[in-house]
Amino acid sequence: MYKDSFLAHLPLLFLTICFSFAVNAQEPDIQKGKSLFNANCAACHKLNKRAVGPALAGVSAKYDKEWLYSWIKNSTAMVKSGDAQAVAIYEEYNGSVMTSFPQLTNEDIDNILAYTDYTPPAPAAATMAVAAPVQSGSGYTNDLILAVLLLVLAALVTMLFLVNKTLNKIATANGIEIVKKEKSKRKPIWKAYAQNPFLVFVSVIFLLLSSAYVGYSYLMQIGIDQGYMPIQPIHYSHKIHSGDNKIECKYCHSSARVSKHSGIPSLNVCMNCHMNIAEYNGDEDLEKGYTKEFYTNEIKKLYKAVGWDESTQSYTGETQPVKWVRIHNLPDFVYFNHAQHVSVAGIDCQKCHGPVEEMEIMYQHSSLTMGWCINCHRETNVNVKDNGYYTKIHEELSKKYGVEKLTAAQMGGLECGKCHY
Amino acid sequence: MPDQKKYWKSEVELNNQSTLAEDLAQKEFVQKLPEDLLGNSELPESETSRRDFLKYMGFSTAAATLAACEGPINTSIPYVVQPEQIIPGVANYYATTMIDGFDTASILVKTREGRPIKIENNTDAPVNNYGNARVQASVLSLYDSMRLQGPKQAGVDVSWYTLEANVVQQLTTLAEKGEEVALITPSLASPTTNQIIKDFQAKFSNITHHVYDALSETAALNAFEKAYGKRALPSYDFSKASCIVSIDADFLGDWQGGGYDTGYAKTRVPKGKKGKAKMSKHYQFESNMTLSGANADFRIPTNAIEQQFVLAALYGALTQKAYPTSLSKALKAKVSEIAVALKAAGKGAVVVTGLQNEDAQRAALAINELLGSQVMDVRQNTSLRQSDASQINQLVNDLNSGKVKGVIMAGVNPAYTLPNADAFIAGLKKADLSLTFSMKNDETAVQCQWVAPSPHYLESWGDVEMKMGHYALMQPTIRPLFDTKQFQDLLLKLSGSTQSYDDAIKAYWKANILKGASFNKALHDGFHVNAVSNRLVYRDNVDALMQRLVRAKSKAGLELHLYTKTGIGDGQQANNPWLQEFPDPISRVTWDNYLTVSKVDAEALGLKNVNQSDGALDGSVAEIKLNDIVVKAPVLIQPGQAVGTVGLALGYGKTAGMKSEMQVGINAYPLYQNFNPVQNVTVTATSDMHEFACTQLQNTLMGRGEIVRETTLEIFNTKEAKYWNAMTQVSRDHQEIDVTSADADMWQAFDRSIGHHFNLSIDLNSCTGCGACVIACHAENNVPVVGKHEIRKSRDMHWLRIDRYYSAKDTFERDLETVENISGLGDSLSTFNKMEDPSANPQVTFQPVMCQHCNHAPCETVCPVAASSHGRQGQNHMAYNRCVGTRYCANNCPYKVRRFNWFLYNKNDEFDYHMNDDLGRMVLNPDVVVRSRGVMEKCSMCIQMTQKTILDAKLEGRQIKDGEFQTACSSACGTGALVFGDINDKDSEIAHLKEDNRMYHLLESIGTKPNVMYQVKVRNT
Repeated sequence: MYKDSFLAHLPLLFLTICFSFAVNAQEPDIQKGKSLFNANCAACHKLNKRAVGPALAGVSAKYDKEWLYSWIKNSTAMVKSGDAQAVAIYEEYNGSVMTSFPQLTNEDIDNILAYTDYTPPAPAAATMAVAAPVQSGSGYTNDLILAVLLLVLAALVTMLFLVNKTLNKIATANGIEIVKKEKSKRKPIWKAYAQNPFLVFVSVIFLLLSSAYVGYSYLMQIGIDQGYMPIQPIHYSHKIHSGDNKIECKYCHSSARVSKHSGIPSLNVCMNCHMNIAEYNGDEDLEKGYTKEFYTNEIKKLYKAVGWDESTQSYTGETQPVKWVRIHNLPDFVYFNHAQHVSVAGIDCQKCHGPVEEMEIMYQHSSLTMGWCINCHRETNVNVKDNGYYTKIHEELSKKYGVEKLTAAQMGGLECGKCHY
Repeated sequence: MPDQKKYWKSEVELNNQSTLAEDLAQKEFVQKLPEDLLGNSELPESETSRRDFLKYMGFSTAAATLAACEGPINTSIPYVVQPEQIIPGVANYYATTMIDGFDTASILVKTREGRPIKIENNTDAPVNNYGNARVQASVLSLYDSMRLQGPKQAGVDVSWYTLEANVVQQLTTLAEKGEEVALITPSLASPTTNQIIKDFQAKFSNITHHVYDALSETAALNAFEKAYGKRALPSYDFSKASCIVSIDADFLGDWQGGGYDTGYAKTRVPKGKKGKAKMSKHYQFESNMTLSGANADFRIPTNAIEQQFVLAALYGALTQKAYPTSLSKALKAKVSEIAVALKAAGKGAVVVTGLQNEDAQRAALAINELLGSQVMDVRQNTSLRQSDASQINQLVNDLNSGKVKGVIMAGVNPAYTLPNADAFIAGLKKADLSLTFSMKNDETAVQCQWVAPSPHYLESWGDVEMKMGHYALMQPTIRPLFDTKQFQDLLLKLSGSTQSYDDAIKAYWKANILKGASFNKALHDGFHVNAVSNRLVYRDNVDALMQRLVRAKSKAGLELHLYTKTGIGDGQQANNPWLQEFPDPISRVTWDNYLTVSKVDAEALGLKNVNQSDGALDGSVAEIKLNDIVVKAPVLIQPGQAVGTVGLALGYGKTAGMKSEMQVGINAYPLYQNFNPVQNVTVTATSDMHEFACTQLQNTLMGRGEIVRETTLEIFNTKEAKYWNAMTQVSRDHQEIDVTSADADMWQAFDRSIGHHFNLSIDLNSCTGCGACVIACHAENNVPVVGKHEIRKSRDMHWLRIDRYYSAKDTFERDLETVENISGLGDSLSTFNKMEDPSANPQVTFQPVMCQHCNHAPCETVCPVAASSHGRQGQNHMAYNRCVGTRYCANNCPYKVRRFNWFLYNKNDEFDYHMNDDLGRMVLNPDVVVRSRGVMEKCSMCIQMTQKTILDAKLEGRQIKDGEFQTACSSACGTGALVFGDINDKDSEIAHLKEDNRMYHLLESIGTKPNVMYQVKVRNT
């Protein structure tokens, strides 16, 4: 299955354009075929690789077209009827039955076969290569302009210096004496400063205070792991999953809805998709070494951990649980409940965890200090809408405070015992 | 004004000469500061100078700062395949059944991420739905680091394969030779297991099954068999009782398996229209001071002989027959009074006895039949106790004579619990095959050839017939932690079956129990009930036995009454630190058993109890002699102990399979001769003294009265609440006003009418002092165990304590009356003796005390760092991470409920209890912080639970229903004494309790406005 990305579409787009010039009603439509393939076949078949079922590239060459029509429409009946080819496939795949697609017309099947037979022509890659630098061009220009500007500035300074020098020379040559300004007899400013006890006193105090402030701020940073970005045993990219593919956070972190823990998803959740996604076909970041091979290799790590044998498409039962490095560490004496914030309050995950969908490597976005928690409790209104629990208390409290909206703090969200017990 | 009784917690407070009680009252922290730091004369000569000290200080500060820059790397390991029902952070509950041959209860198990962390009551179950302290603590026994981790042969680790192959071979050889093999189990009352054993016997005809309970109810079983023709025990429903007469039956303790608190407490709260309120009346004849005696309206200290007479006299009085007894006149009068009360109560009357005497048991059954008691139910009888003493004695003889050549044991520890353990061990050595299924390498396991590790009940399958027609299921709540197997699985295998035990249960239930009902529903609920249609006809003739009863003669020496303590029971869970540190409800002693002696006897024998200057208790060590058995035990002078009797608890003194810290007390089983808990012994004093760890005198309440309020049913019915539950008055502008009125308040009140406002109500009437709440609190709140040594220094960490107050029953008027009724010299001597000493037979009140969550909390105002603050939901918050440990708050707390972490109690080898090993720490509640050294802690009113309830309601978008808010203690309370809820919910039970005229607050006069309230105790005297 291809990712829904621009690059993946390029060859097809190119093709579509080519074909659109010579549209023939009888010609199979590869584009249609692709979407039909993705909708009906991709769950079990890949083009060039065996999955649950056989690889489908070039399948039309192997079998007779009529045979394929009837097989796709009702494979079970064909196996029952004792068709030799059908039985052979049935047995090769350990008696797993292929879903029947009676809804597909012959034309649809032709389209699908056209798609499976299609091999992208070489020129498409060239098009891509040309397109690439254009996309990232703006990054270069900024630096370039800066460098050029700097050069211009340096040249100007040099020129000024040279002009001045030349003028001086001319003046000397012409016998004009340049009168240097007489320095005033006033005390140098540092001396005046040193002799003014008040100023010294004030600045010493200022220095002391500011160094205390800097020192204190430094020390208060200890134990706060904002920006903590450890290397994980599997390079899992939130950017690809959550950003590019727009997978909902709570699909994987499902326990955040009902539990205090958001939960690191168990590997069987990964396999819901990765049973069919064995290789990466999305964007690459060559500079950082994030190539397709790199990502595909990470998927292999997942297979190893969960004990998935790609060749037989089955679980071996040998598992190696993944030891993720925990990023968000709250001390034991703090009670934090995800369900309260995610399900009851309806807060976006990004509010605390930052732009996760842009994070290639996950890091701790917020400071997670008590001040940070409290601040949010002071500012955030409680989401009382359509929640039967809040009906009574909201009515009473809003009357008491004379406000329509209540903050978490007004609900008692600043009390020690709400989080420390 | 109410009765101005004097309440005391310890004997020492009655002594006018002693200033100890007062000293302790003035000091929250009794220990002096370490003298070597302040007044040490060697200090100036020490090598470390002040400058050195500063250097070290500077260096270590810098080092610490640098070290802090590098944070630790935490890893998170998610499941590879997450089980569908587990969501990290969300608890799952499973219904199961606890049974270990001593305790039985239908329970819910709270699991987090697949590990059980707490036991809750399965309140939907119709019987045994309340877990006592031992049941509550049993979850910690699952994580016992001393558990067996794999099979053993003569102490060497072997595989299950080796064990099974060898055992089969040995069994087959024995079967071929026709040699008898004994299978010993406790009373399991498991229908499926019975079937499995039958099948096993069918395969190996040489197997005989013996049921052996450490504590035998042989007499009661025999009596029931004689009376009704079936070997079982009647069940009792005390909620139908209006008059209860107990003759040495501690039915609030472990009598006949226990579990009667719930029904009993229902009748103990005065109910009905104003002026006509009713409650049950409870008479208790007993020797030791038991929980039942402590809760009785009338407690009559008597010895076992007198108790037999009382039974006969009662029967005589009810049937108008005369059985001449040598009872004192006072006792005779009491018996006639009781007979009248019983008759008046009719079907609501019940007589129970714990005497291990078949005649006495038959007499009790006869009286109940005579009265037509509805409390006793013989149809729905129980088989939770089946052990037959004579059978066990025979088995030991057969082992020694070589008649029995093999022994297979499961869940029993006869080498420890048998009175003739030595004979048993000798016999066991002679056997060709000895195999025991055990959780520990206990006394029996070390003597066996083969030791098969068995799983904890939380890892096991099982079923129980609680009583006829009431079935309960046990299911695993965690995968077996170790390489263990249930003995049923092995028996099935040996019988040639391919079924596993759980399949066998399912098949048996489908065929015999469910009658078409769903197994999954039964498993989900934890129980299944079938209608019972049997009829048992009473067919006993008791006249002759009454004659025998009255002919009983007292023997020489003191009468020893063996009993089981609320904490340790029969000793199966002796390696459980929660139970060891659990203060006995009556004596308040932890980590020990002891000989309870009456004051009179103690003085006669020269036995002493001495309090040290810090309040710690020391007791003389006495030598107890029974024939040629000699046991040395420390002595505790017990108010209320019948003169001429002494008491000693079983279940202590275990050494095998125990951590060294837990090897405390002395083993009393050798004295349990013939399975009779009453023995005649001679007691002599020795010069040794024993150090007790007793929470008796700790946290005295500064001599302020009005802590306990009580009245009688008569006054309750006839007088206004103002009389018996008076509000303290204060003077303002020469006018007396209520101390609670706003005018008398120096603080500005906070508006608490919005949102939730939590209150906890504690009913002194229904609290039986059982202590289940104390253990539940430990489990919920990660309360550390500190050990005997620290408890002795008053450094216990219990957030919830149950204060036990003694008070003299008689006021002065009644004393005069008693004097006039004296007849004869003998009577007058004993009566005067009793009157002389208020501790001879005191009344007892139990009062659970935890943080009172004052609205005007004295602790909050003195905290220099604001670690203690008030929440608007009524809870007094304690931020541990903010606390710097000044202990000002504890000093300023009038209720003495704050606890200081003197040491680090987790991951510290000095405190080698459950929090010091990885296994034991699995019981910790992940929602509550484990506190560190140097911080103050206290009851939080289970804020983690109230917050959870609120969040659940928010997630579901609904209002909270009454009863949803719970604390660990209120949900553990089987008697309904502890009720928790939101008083702003005007229809809630707690809001009504707050308006009840029995309601009062502790130390109302100091204006703290607590959120914990108490209900005045009403005695039916």
